[in-house]
Amino acid sequence: MDSRTILAELPRLRRYARAMVGDRAVADDLVQDTLERGWSRVAQWRPGSDLRAWLFGIMHNLRVDQLRRQGLNTQPLDDAGSEAPIRATQSDRLEVNDLAAALARLPEEQRAVLLLVALEEMSYDEIASTLGIPVGTVMSRLSRGRERLRLLLDGRHPAAHLRVVR
Amino acid sequence: MSQQPITEVDLHAYVDAELSDERRAEVEAFLAAQPEEARRLQAYQLQKEALRQLFKPVLDESLPAKLLDLAEPPIAPTMEATAGPRVDAKKRPFLARWSVQRIAAGFAIALLGGVAGWLGHGQYQATERMAQMTPLSRQAAVAHVVYSPDIKRPVEFTADQEDQLVKWLSKRLGTPVSPPNLGALGYELIGGRLLPGNSGPVAQFMYQDSSGQRLTLYLSTENTGKRDAGFRFAREGAVNVFYWVDGKFGYALSAGIDKGELARVATAVYDQLERN
Repeated sequence: MDSRTILAELPRLRRYARAMVGDRAVADDLVQDTLERGWSRVAQWRPGSDLRAWLFGIMHNLRVDQLRRQGLNTQPLDDAGSEAPIRATQSDRLEVNDLAAALARLPEEQRAVLLLVALEEMSYDEIASTLGIPVGTVMSRLSRGRERLRLLLDGRHPAAHLRVVR
Repeated sequence: MSQQPITEVDLHAYVDAELSDERRAEVEAFLAAQPEEARRLQAYQLQKEALRQLFKPVLDESLPAKLLDLAEPPIAPTMEATAGPRVDAKKRPFLARWSVQRIAAGFAIALLGGVAGWLGHGQYQATERMAQMTPLSRQAAVAHVVYSPDIKRPVEFTADQEDQLVKWLSKRLGTPVSPPNLGALGYELIGGRLLPGNSGPVAQFMYQDSSGQRLTLYLSTENTGKRDAGFRFAREGAVNVFYWVDGKFGYALSAGIDKGELARVATAVYDQLERN
């Protein structure tokens, strides 16, 4: 774990955090906490092992702690549409704001698996070890998350939702 | 036709290209016969690609300085490092800041234990030394957490005794204070109380909306700092706090609501105070 390798992981950590929590400032705070905890536990990291998976695991645990502490009512209600930069390609029939809104409505644990698959392209085994759950659980969360996201997106009229409320 | 039945796991593994060539061919054969399933998987594939597109721009954003700092190993212990928080440390939650300093300096452990014990008991024991370290946002958040969940006695004076409340608090704080009216934003005053601050009395006003969501305005007259500060935001666990300093007054608005809504209320409070 040195500064060069950390720097290389930072954009991905931020992307995942942003996708998980929606709000930019909250996401960056989460990344910050992750790095702080990482440094404080640097002795536990085995050189040569996958730094990214290790950091993602730390972030996941922090997030779990956070949610446990704060209950469910303090999820950011921010307008994620304005936070999420972005235009999807024109051929995409999914409206960006719809997607961000639908994603935010997934249960946390399903969202995590979906994002690790989509953004990080982790294998199911890697996700299982990152999240500390059996691979069977990864599959059921992936399956339920994808289906739920599909239904959410199908049930929506594109462009009708500019604000994200969760 | 396949030897083994195609499972849900196979279908996802197909979307994520985790199948062997052989198995993939079997899934493809299955999908050719099951248009409904093929459509479903196509939707999943589209989802996956759309998620990637949606968050791709984050990768190209410039990195915040506070994160860049943390890419470096914690600094070696020096007197400078222990003398005070680093420049950006003010923005951090209190405990996180201490954890950084602990790593950096490795000397504040006993003190941190004291802080943790204090937090753990949720009690306010303002020894001078402790009080000096407690920033406005932290004091306000602790006061919010201690009193706002109280069903029976969240305040000392209820809003129907507002006159008395105002008189009493003004007297105790030694300066006229009055609670802003947040009715237009859906928050009604419940009442207020007097609290010990860093060096003397501070006031807390409590508001509630129709859903029972509570919000507290913490008002201190102890500010001795030279400059007025603009709006600042702090996250103290589940509590969000906007705080600002105006002359000798320090204001902190705390609630377990999201930053955007809290900012709206804070702006309204600020505007009303400006007009007075």
